[in-house]
Amino acid sequence: MQLTYDIIVVGGGPSGSTAARYAAAAGAKVLILEKDRDIGYPVRCGEAVSHSGLIQFIEPDTRWIASTVTKFKMFAPNGNFINPKLDDWGYVLERRIFDYELAKLAVKEGAKVVTKAYVYDLLRENSTVVGVRALIKDVKTEIRAKIIIGADGVESRVGKWAGIDTTCHIRDMESCAQMMLSGITIEPETLEFYLGDEVAPEGYLWIFPKGKNSANVGIGISVEKAKKKAAIRYLEEFVAKRFSNAAMLTHIAGGVPAAKTLPKLVAHNVMLVGDAAHQVNPLSGGGIITGMIGGMLAGQTAAEALQKNDLQFLKEYEKRWQKRLGWRHELFYNIKNSSSMLNDETLNKICNKVSQLPVEKQTLGAIFRTALWNEPSVLLDIAKVFIS
Amino acid sequence: MAPQPYLMIYVKPDKCDFCGACVGVCPEDAIELKEAEINIIEERCTNCRKCVWACPWEVIEFHREGITELPKILEALNDPVPF
Repeated sequence: MQLTYDIIVVGGGPSGSTAARYAAAAGAKVLILEKDRDIGYPVRCGEAVSHSGLIQFIEPDTRWIASTVTKFKMFAPNGNFINPKLDDWGYVLERRIFDYELAKLAVKEGAKVVTKAYVYDLLRENSTVVGVRALIKDVKTEIRAKIIIGADGVESRVGKWAGIDTTCHIRDMESCAQMMLSGITIEPETLEFYLGDEVAPEGYLWIFPKGKNSANVGIGISVEKAKKKAAIRYLEEFVAKRFSNAAMLTHIAGGVPAAKTLPKLVAHNVMLVGDAAHQVNPLSGGGIITGMIGGMLAGQTAAEALQKNDLQFLKEYEKRWQKRLGWRHELFYNIKNSSSMLNDETLNKICNKVSQLPVEKQTLGAIFRTALWNEPSVLLDIAKVFIS
Repeated sequence: MAPQPYLMIYVKPDKCDFCGACVGVCPEDAIELKEAEINIIEERCTNCRKCVWACPWEVIEFHREGITELPKILEALNDPVPF
Protein backbone atom coordinates (compact mmCIF):
# COMPACT_ATOMS: atom_id res chain seq x y z
CA MET A 1 0.00 0.00 0.00
CA GLN A 2 1.01 3.57 -0.63
CA LEU A 3 2.60 5.14 2.46
CA THR A 4 2.62 8.87 1.68
CA TYR A 5 -0.43 11.14 1.41
CA ASP A 6 -1.38 14.78 1.69
CA ILE A 7 -3.97 14.08 4.36
CA ILE A 8 -4.67 11.14 6.67
CA VAL A 9 -8.16 11.01 8.17
CA VAL A 10 -8.32 8.88 11.31
CA GLY A 11 -11.84 7.43 11.50
CA GLY A 12 -14.34 6.46 8.82
CA GLY A 13 -17.61 7.76 10.30
CA PRO A 14 -19.71 10.52 8.71
CA SER A 15 -17.33 13.34 9.75
CA GLY A 16 -14.20 11.54 8.58
CA SER A 17 -15.66 10.46 5.26
CA THR A 18 -17.02 13.94 4.63
CA ALA A 19 -13.68 15.57 5.47
CA ALA A 20 -11.99 13.15 3.07
CA ARG A 21 -14.57 13.73 0.38
CA TYR A 22 -14.20 17.51 0.32
CA ALA A 23 -10.43 17.45 0.62
CA ALA A 24 -10.12 14.90 -2.19
CA ALA A 25 -12.56 16.85 -4.36
CA ALA A 26 -10.23 19.83 -4.04
CA GLY A 27 -7.31 17.77 -5.28
CA ALA A 28 -5.67 16.40 -2.12
CA LYS A 29 -4.38 12.83 -1.84
CA VAL A 30 -6.38 11.46 1.08
CA LEU A 31 -6.32 8.25 3.11
CA ILE A 32 -9.04 7.21 5.57
CA LEU A 33 -7.95 4.81 8.32
CA GLU A 34 -10.80 2.99 10.09
CA LYS A 35 -10.03 0.91 13.18
CA ASP A 36 -12.97 -1.45 12.78
CA ARG A 37 -13.06 -3.98 9.99
CA ASP A 38 -16.21 -2.47 8.53
CA ILE A 39 -17.14 1.09 7.70
CA GLY A 40 -20.48 1.76 9.38
CA TYR A 41 -20.40 -1.08 11.87
CA PRO A 42 -20.91 -1.31 14.77
CA VAL A 43 -23.56 1.40 14.79
CA ARG A 44 -23.57 3.56 17.93
CA CYS A 45 -26.25 6.08 17.18
CA GLY A 46 -29.93 6.99 17.50
CA GLU A 47 -29.81 7.52 13.71
CA ALA A 48 -32.20 10.50 13.39
CA VAL A 49 -31.43 13.38 11.00
CA SER A 50 -33.39 16.25 9.50
CA HIS A 51 -34.15 16.41 5.80
CA SER A 52 -32.71 19.90 5.45
CA GLY A 53 -29.50 18.84 7.16
CA LEU A 54 -29.10 15.73 5.08
CA ILE A 55 -29.64 17.21 1.61
CA GLN A 56 -26.65 19.49 2.05
CA PHE A 57 -24.58 16.37 1.52
CA ILE A 58 -26.53 13.55 -0.09
CA GLU A 59 -29.87 12.86 -1.75
CA PRO A 60 -32.15 10.76 0.49
CA ASP A 61 -32.23 7.15 -0.67
CA THR A 62 -34.60 4.41 0.52
CA ARG A 63 -31.66 2.00 0.75
CA TRP A 64 -30.47 3.68 3.93
CA ILE A 65 -33.64 5.25 5.24
CA ALA A 66 -35.54 3.11 7.75
CA SER A 67 -38.30 5.63 8.41
CA THR A 68 -39.46 9.05 7.35
CA VAL A 69 -40.65 11.05 10.33
CA THR A 70 -43.04 13.99 10.14
CA LYS A 71 -44.17 14.34 13.74
CA PHE A 72 -42.59 15.10 17.01
CA LYS A 73 -43.97 14.18 20.41
CA MET A 74 -42.45 15.42 23.61
CA PHE A 75 -43.48 14.06 26.99
CA ALA A 76 -43.12 16.32 30.00
CA PRO A 77 -42.01 14.79 33.31
CA ASN A 78 -45.65 14.55 34.51
CA GLY A 79 -46.62 12.46 31.47
CA ASN A 80 -48.44 15.17 29.52
CA PHE A 81 -47.26 15.60 26.00
CA ILE A 82 -47.23 18.04 23.14
CA ASN A 83 -47.30 17.12 19.53
CA PRO A 84 -46.19 20.17 17.57
CA LYS A 85 -46.37 20.37 13.81
CA LEU A 86 -43.06 20.43 12.06
CA ASP A 87 -41.98 22.63 9.19
CA ASP A 88 -39.28 20.19 8.25
CA TRP A 89 -39.31 16.42 8.27
CA GLY A 90 -36.63 13.94 9.04
CA TYR A 91 -35.37 10.41 8.70
CA VAL A 92 -34.24 7.56 10.85
CA LEU A 93 -31.27 6.11 9.02
CA GLU A 94 -29.69 2.72 8.60
CA ARG A 95 -26.26 4.02 9.58
CA ARG A 96 -24.69 0.76 8.59
CA ILE A 97 -25.48 1.47 4.95
CA PHE A 98 -25.47 5.26 5.18
CA ASP A 99 -21.85 5.32 6.37
CA TYR A 100 -20.87 3.10 3.44
CA GLU A 101 -22.45 5.57 1.04
CA LEU A 102 -20.57 8.48 2.58
CA ALA A 103 -17.30 6.57 2.31
CA LYS A 104 -18.11 5.77 -1.33
CA LEU A 105 -18.61 9.47 -2.01
CA ALA A 106 -15.12 10.10 -0.64
CA VAL A 107 -13.69 7.27 -2.73
CA LYS A 108 -15.43 8.66 -5.81
CA GLU A 109 -13.44 11.87 -5.30
CA GLY A 110 -10.23 9.87 -5.12
CA ALA A 111 -9.79 9.11 -1.41
CA LYS A 112 -8.40 5.75 -0.29
CA VAL A 113 -9.88 3.73 2.57
CA VAL A 114 -8.18 1.11 4.73
CA THR A 115 -10.15 -0.73 7.42
CA LYS A 116 -8.89 -2.66 10.43
CA ALA A 117 -6.31 0.09 10.68
CA TYR A 118 -5.77 1.09 14.29
CA VAL A 119 -3.82 4.32 14.74
CA TYR A 120 -1.90 4.12 18.00
CA ASP A 121 0.31 7.21 17.80
CA LEU A 122 1.38 10.18 15.73
CA LEU A 123 4.59 9.87 13.78
CA ARG A 124 7.03 12.67 14.59
CA GLU A 125 10.30 13.96 13.23
CA ASN A 126 12.11 16.68 15.19
CA SER A 127 8.89 17.13 17.20
CA THR A 128 6.89 17.84 14.03
CA VAL A 129 3.98 15.53 13.23
CA VAL A 130 4.74 13.89 9.89
CA GLY A 131 2.17 11.09 9.89
CA VAL A 132 0.71 8.30 12.01
CA ARG A 133 1.76 4.98 13.44
CA ALA A 134 -0.85 2.34 12.81
CA LEU A 135 -1.51 -1.35 13.13
CA ILE A 136 -2.78 -2.20 9.67
CA LYS A 137 -4.31 -5.65 9.85
CA ASP A 138 -2.09 -6.13 12.90
CA VAL A 139 1.16 -5.05 11.15
CA LYS A 140 2.98 -1.99 12.51
CA THR A 141 3.03 0.58 9.72
CA GLU A 142 4.24 4.18 9.45
CA ILE A 143 2.21 6.34 7.09
CA ARG A 144 3.23 9.89 6.27
CA ALA A 145 1.08 12.92 5.54
CA LYS A 146 1.26 16.70 5.69
CA ILE A 147 -2.03 17.00 7.57
CA ILE A 148 -3.77 14.66 10.02
CA ILE A 149 -7.52 14.94 10.56
CA GLY A 150 -8.72 13.27 13.78
CA ALA A 151 -12.24 11.97 13.17
CA ASP A 152 -11.81 9.31 15.81
CA GLY A 153 -14.99 9.89 17.71
CA VAL A 154 -15.84 10.25 21.36
CA GLU A 155 -12.83 8.08 22.21
CA SER A 156 -10.50 10.43 20.31
CA ARG A 157 -6.85 10.25 21.21
CA VAL A 158 -5.42 11.95 18.12
CA GLY A 159 -6.15 15.36 19.64
CA LYS A 160 -4.53 14.41 22.95
CA TRP A 161 -1.39 13.25 21.19
CA ALA A 162 -1.23 16.59 19.38
CA GLY A 163 -1.62 18.55 22.61
CA ILE A 164 -5.35 19.32 22.45
CA ASP A 165 -7.24 18.41 25.61
CA THR A 166 -10.25 16.50 24.29
CA THR A 167 -11.39 15.20 27.68
CA CYS A 168 -15.10 15.73 28.12
CA HIS A 169 -16.26 16.89 31.55
CA ILE A 170 -18.50 14.29 33.18
CA ARG A 171 -21.26 16.88 33.46
CA ASP A 172 -21.27 17.19 29.67
CA MET A 173 -20.77 13.59 28.62
CA GLU A 174 -24.02 11.75 28.00
CA SER A 175 -23.84 8.10 28.92
CA CYS A 176 -26.06 6.34 26.39
CA ALA A 177 -27.67 2.96 25.90
CA GLN A 178 -29.99 1.90 23.13
CA MET A 179 -31.98 -1.15 22.14
CA MET A 180 -33.39 -1.89 18.71
CA LEU A 181 -36.77 -3.32 19.58
CA SER A 182 -39.03 -5.19 17.20
CA GLY A 183 -42.59 -6.45 17.44
CA ILE A 184 -43.73 -3.26 19.14
CA THR A 185 -46.56 -0.80 18.60
CA ILE A 186 -45.34 2.68 17.79
CA GLU A 187 -46.38 5.65 15.74
CA PRO A 188 -44.31 5.05 12.62
CA GLU A 189 -43.89 8.72 11.66
CA THR A 190 -43.27 10.16 15.10
CA LEU A 191 -40.07 10.86 17.00
CA GLU A 192 -40.86 10.55 20.70
CA PHE A 193 -38.90 12.20 23.48
CA TYR A 194 -39.33 11.70 27.22
CA LEU A 195 -37.98 14.25 29.65
CA GLY A 196 -37.62 14.42 33.41
CA ASP A 197 -35.51 13.32 36.35
CA GLU A 198 -37.31 10.05 36.81
CA VAL A 199 -37.03 8.84 33.21
CA ALA A 200 -33.74 10.38 32.12
CA PRO A 201 -32.00 12.87 34.45
CA GLU A 202 -30.00 15.52 32.59
CA GLY A 203 -30.81 13.93 29.28
CA TYR A 204 -33.76 12.32 27.56
CA LEU A 205 -35.13 9.03 26.41
CA TRP A 206 -36.02 8.56 22.75
CA ILE A 207 -38.11 6.32 20.55
CA PHE A 208 -37.10 6.64 16.91
CA PRO A 209 -39.14 4.41 14.56
CA LYS A 210 -37.40 2.04 12.21
CA GLY A 211 -40.16 0.75 10.00
CA LYS A 212 -43.65 -0.01 11.24
CA ASN A 213 -43.06 -2.26 14.21
CA SER A 214 -39.49 -1.55 15.20
CA ALA A 215 -37.66 1.35 16.82
CA ASN A 216 -34.43 2.54 18.31
CA VAL A 217 -35.30 2.99 21.98
CA GLY A 218 -32.47 4.73 23.72
CA ILE A 219 -31.42 6.97 26.54
CA GLY A 220 -28.71 9.48 27.32
CA ILE A 221 -28.10 10.79 30.82
CA SER A 222 -25.23 12.90 32.09
CA VAL A 223 -22.36 10.94 33.59
CA GLU A 224 -22.80 13.10 36.69
CA LYS A 225 -26.25 11.51 37.15
CA ALA A 226 -25.04 8.09 36.03
CA LYS A 227 -22.81 7.91 39.13
CA LYS A 228 -25.83 6.72 41.09
CA LYS A 229 -27.55 4.65 38.42
CA ALA A 230 -26.28 3.58 35.03
CA ALA A 231 -28.01 4.50 31.76
CA ILE A 232 -28.92 0.89 31.04
CA ARG A 233 -30.90 0.66 34.32
CA TYR A 234 -33.13 3.60 33.34
CA LEU A 235 -33.62 2.15 29.87
CA GLU A 236 -34.49 -1.31 31.15
CA GLU A 237 -37.09 0.15 33.50
CA PHE A 238 -38.74 2.11 30.70
CA VAL A 239 -38.72 -0.79 28.27
CA ALA A 240 -40.14 -3.20 30.88
CA LYS A 241 -43.07 -0.85 31.39
CA ARG A 242 -43.74 0.25 27.85
CA PHE A 243 -42.57 -2.64 25.64
CA SER A 244 -42.66 -5.70 27.86
CA ASN A 245 -43.18 -8.11 24.95
CA ALA A 246 -40.62 -6.67 22.58
CA ALA A 247 -37.84 -8.59 20.90
CA MET A 248 -34.48 -6.91 21.38
CA LEU A 249 -32.52 -7.24 18.13
CA THR A 250 -29.47 -5.23 19.10
CA HIS A 251 -28.27 -3.36 22.12
CA ILE A 252 -25.53 -0.79 22.09
CA ALA A 253 -23.72 1.57 24.39
CA GLY A 254 -22.23 4.95 23.65
CA GLY A 255 -20.96 8.27 24.89
CA VAL A 256 -22.07 11.62 23.46
CA PRO A 257 -20.00 14.72 24.23
CA ALA A 258 -22.87 17.20 24.70
CA ALA A 259 -20.49 20.08 25.27
CA LYS A 260 -19.37 23.30 23.69
CA THR A 261 -17.08 22.70 20.74
CA LEU A 262 -13.45 22.44 21.82
CA PRO A 263 -11.89 25.91 21.79
CA LYS A 264 -8.95 24.52 19.88
CA LEU A 265 -9.62 22.40 16.78
CA VAL A 266 -6.20 22.74 15.18
CA ALA A 267 -2.74 22.07 16.58
CA HIS A 268 -0.16 22.87 13.92
CA ASN A 269 -1.00 20.27 11.22
CA VAL A 270 -3.51 18.21 13.22
CA MET A 271 -7.24 18.99 12.95
CA LEU A 272 -10.23 17.52 14.78
CA VAL A 273 -13.76 16.95 13.42
CA GLY A 274 -17.04 15.45 14.62
CA ASP A 275 -17.40 13.92 18.09
CA ALA A 276 -13.62 14.18 18.53
CA ALA A 277 -13.99 17.96 18.25
CA HIS A 278 -17.17 18.01 20.38
CA GLN A 279 -19.19 19.22 17.41
CA VAL A 280 -22.34 17.56 18.69
CA ASN A 281 -25.33 19.81 19.24
CA PRO A 282 -25.13 20.01 23.05
CA LEU A 283 -28.87 20.25 23.59
CA SER A 284 -30.16 17.56 21.25
CA GLY A 285 -27.10 15.32 21.28
CA GLY A 286 -27.43 15.12 17.50
CA GLY A 287 -24.06 14.87 15.83
CA ILE A 288 -24.41 13.32 12.36
CA ILE A 289 -25.09 16.44 10.31
CA THR A 290 -23.12 18.76 12.60
CA GLY A 291 -20.13 16.42 12.36
CA MET A 292 -20.46 16.29 8.59
CA ILE A 293 -20.49 20.09 8.46
CA GLY A 294 -17.34 20.09 10.60
CA GLY A 295 -15.82 17.49 8.30
CA MET A 296 -16.64 19.50 5.20
CA LEU A 297 -15.15 22.71 6.63
CA ALA A 298 -12.01 20.89 7.78
CA GLY A 299 -11.57 19.05 4.47
CA GLN A 300 -12.00 22.21 2.42
CA THR A 301 -9.68 24.22 4.65
CA ALA A 302 -7.03 21.49 4.59
CA ALA A 303 -7.08 21.36 0.79
CA GLU A 304 -6.79 25.13 0.59
CA ALA A 305 -3.87 25.14 3.02
CA LEU A 306 -2.09 22.59 0.83
CA GLN A 307 -2.70 24.66 -2.28
CA LYS A 308 -1.38 27.76 -0.54
CA ASN A 309 1.46 25.67 0.92
CA ASP A 310 0.68 27.34 4.22
CA LEU A 311 -0.25 25.18 7.20
CA GLN A 312 -0.96 28.29 9.26
CA PHE A 313 -4.06 28.59 7.13
CA LEU A 314 -5.55 25.53 8.90
CA LYS A 315 -6.49 27.85 11.79
CA GLU A 316 -9.10 29.28 9.44
CA TYR A 317 -11.11 26.10 10.06
CA GLU A 318 -11.74 27.13 13.67
CA LYS A 319 -13.15 30.47 12.51
CA ARG A 320 -15.31 28.86 9.84
CA TRP A 321 -16.76 26.38 12.30
CA GLN A 322 -17.44 29.09 14.86
CA LYS A 323 -19.23 31.19 12.26
CA ARG A 324 -21.26 28.28 10.91
CA LEU A 325 -22.32 26.35 14.03
CA GLY A 326 -19.97 26.99 16.94
CA TRP A 327 -21.81 30.13 18.09
CA ARG A 328 -25.14 28.30 18.10
CA HIS A 329 -23.75 25.42 20.05
CA GLU A 330 -22.53 27.87 22.70
CA LEU A 331 -26.06 29.17 23.03
CA PHE A 332 -27.56 25.68 23.21
CA TYR A 333 -24.98 24.70 25.77
CA ASN A 334 -25.96 27.61 27.99
CA ILE A 335 -29.63 26.66 27.70
CA LYS A 336 -28.80 23.09 28.66
CA ASN A 337 -26.86 24.23 31.70
CA SER A 338 -29.45 26.64 32.98
CA SER A 339 -31.11 24.42 35.56
CA SER A 340 -34.06 26.76 36.03
CA MET A 341 -34.89 26.23 32.37
CA LEU A 342 -34.71 22.49 32.31
CA ASN A 343 -36.18 21.51 35.66
CA ASP A 344 -39.21 19.26 35.82
CA GLU A 345 -41.53 21.98 37.08
CA THR A 346 -40.86 24.37 34.21
CA LEU A 347 -41.14 21.67 31.60
CA ASN A 348 -44.48 20.53 33.02
CA LYS A 349 -45.78 24.08 33.09
CA ILE A 350 -44.94 24.86 29.49
CA CYS A 351 -46.17 21.55 28.20
CA ASN A 352 -49.42 21.99 30.09
CA LYS A 353 -50.09 25.45 28.64
CA VAL A 354 -49.41 24.36 25.09
CA SER A 355 -51.46 21.18 25.34
CA GLN A 356 -54.51 23.27 26.29
CA LEU A 357 -54.41 24.92 22.88
CA PRO A 358 -56.51 23.45 20.06
CA VAL A 359 -54.47 20.84 18.20
CA GLU A 360 -54.10 22.95 15.08
CA LYS A 361 -52.59 25.73 17.16
CA GLN A 362 -50.01 23.51 18.81
CA THR A 363 -47.26 24.84 16.64
CA LEU A 364 -43.70 25.73 17.40
CA GLY A 365 -44.76 29.37 17.43
CA ALA A 366 -47.32 28.63 20.14
CA ILE A 367 -44.75 26.84 22.20
CA PHE A 368 -42.44 29.78 21.77
CA ARG A 369 -45.00 32.29 22.97
CA THR A 370 -46.09 30.12 25.88
CA ALA A 371 -42.54 29.55 26.87
CA LEU A 372 -41.82 33.26 26.76
CA TRP A 373 -44.75 34.03 29.04
CA ASN A 374 -43.57 31.39 31.43
CA GLU A 375 -40.06 32.87 31.41
CA PRO A 376 -37.64 30.52 29.69
CA SER A 377 -37.88 29.71 26.02
CA VAL A 378 -36.65 26.26 26.71
CA LEU A 379 -39.18 24.09 24.99
CA LEU A 380 -39.06 26.01 21.80
CA ASP A 381 -35.33 25.91 21.84
CA ILE A 382 -35.38 22.22 22.42
CA ALA A 383 -37.93 21.61 19.70
CA LYS A 384 -36.07 23.79 17.23
CA VAL A 385 -32.83 22.09 17.99
CA PHE A 386 -34.20 18.63 17.47
CA ILE A 387 -35.62 19.33 14.06
CA SER A 388 -33.14 21.75 12.55
CA MET B 1 -3.72 13.74 40.41
CA ALA B 2 -0.75 11.46 40.91
CA PRO B 3 -0.87 7.85 39.84
CA GLN B 4 -2.07 5.57 42.63
CA PRO B 5 -0.07 2.74 44.17
CA TYR B 6 -2.13 0.12 42.43
CA LEU B 7 -4.89 -0.20 39.85
CA MET B 8 -8.46 -0.30 41.17
CA ILE B 9 -10.31 -0.12 37.86
CA TYR B 10 -11.54 -3.36 36.40
CA VAL B 11 -13.17 -3.82 32.99
CA LYS B 12 -15.31 -6.95 32.99
CA PRO B 13 -14.01 -9.15 30.21
CA ASP B 14 -16.49 -10.13 27.47
CA LYS B 15 -19.07 -7.57 28.55
CA CYS B 16 -17.55 -4.42 27.05
CA ASP B 17 -19.22 -2.97 23.96
CA PHE B 18 -16.09 -0.91 23.07
CA CYS B 19 -18.19 2.25 22.78
CA GLY B 20 -15.54 4.67 24.02
CA ALA B 21 -17.60 6.65 26.54
CA CYS B 22 -14.95 5.87 29.15
CA VAL B 23 -12.12 7.08 26.91
CA GLY B 24 -13.97 10.34 26.31
CA VAL B 25 -14.02 11.24 30.01
CA CYS B 26 -10.57 9.89 30.95
CA PRO B 27 -8.41 12.90 31.88
CA GLU B 28 -5.17 10.88 31.83
CA ASP B 29 -5.34 9.24 28.37
CA ALA B 30 -5.13 5.99 30.33
CA ILE B 31 -7.52 3.87 28.28
CA GLU B 32 -6.57 2.16 25.05
CA LEU B 33 -9.47 1.07 22.88
CA LYS B 34 -9.08 -1.10 19.81
CA GLU B 35 -11.69 -2.77 17.61
CA ALA B 36 -12.59 -5.32 20.26
CA GLU B 37 -10.05 -4.83 23.01
CA ILE B 38 -9.84 -2.41 25.90
CA ASN B 39 -6.88 -1.85 28.22
CA ILE B 40 -6.41 0.37 31.21
CA ILE B 41 -2.87 1.75 31.11
CA GLU B 42 -1.87 1.15 34.70
CA GLU B 43 1.02 3.66 34.83
CA ARG B 44 -1.31 6.51 33.89
CA CYS B 45 -4.52 5.56 35.67
CA THR B 46 -5.26 7.56 38.83
CA ASN B 47 -8.32 5.50 39.80
CA CYS B 48 -10.48 8.63 39.50
CA ARG B 49 -13.52 6.50 38.59
CA LYS B 50 -14.83 8.76 35.81
CA CYS B 51 -14.77 5.80 33.41
CA VAL B 52 -16.76 3.74 35.92
CA TRP B 53 -19.51 6.37 35.99
CA ALA B 54 -19.46 6.95 32.23
CA CYS B 55 -19.92 3.31 31.29
CA PRO B 56 -23.55 2.93 30.17
CA TRP B 57 -23.59 -0.82 30.75
CA GLU B 58 -21.87 -1.09 34.16
CA VAL B 59 -18.97 -2.93 32.60
CA ILE B 60 -16.24 -1.01 34.44
CA GLU B 61 -15.93 -1.55 38.17
CA PHE B 62 -14.03 0.10 40.98
CA HIS B 63 -12.31 -2.18 43.48
CA ARG B 64 -10.68 -0.38 46.37
CA GLU B 65 -8.64 -3.44 47.27
CA GLY B 66 -7.00 -3.34 43.85
CA ILE B 67 -7.62 -5.57 40.89
CA THR B 68 -4.52 -7.75 41.12
CA GLU B 69 -6.29 -9.80 43.78
CA LEU B 70 -9.54 -9.76 41.86
CA PRO B 71 -9.21 -12.89 39.74
CA LYS B 72 -8.48 -14.79 42.94
CA ILE B 73 -11.49 -13.27 44.70
CA LEU B 74 -13.76 -14.04 41.76
CA GLU B 75 -12.51 -17.58 41.68
CA ALA B 76 -13.19 -17.93 45.39
CA LEU B 77 -16.72 -16.62 44.91
CA ASN B 78 -17.31 -19.12 42.14
CA ASP B 79 -17.28 -21.96 44.59
CA PRO B 80 -18.26 -20.48 47.93
CA VAL B 81 -18.11 -22.53 51.07
CA PRO B 82 -20.09 -20.34 53.44
CA PHE B 83 -19.66 -22.39 56.62
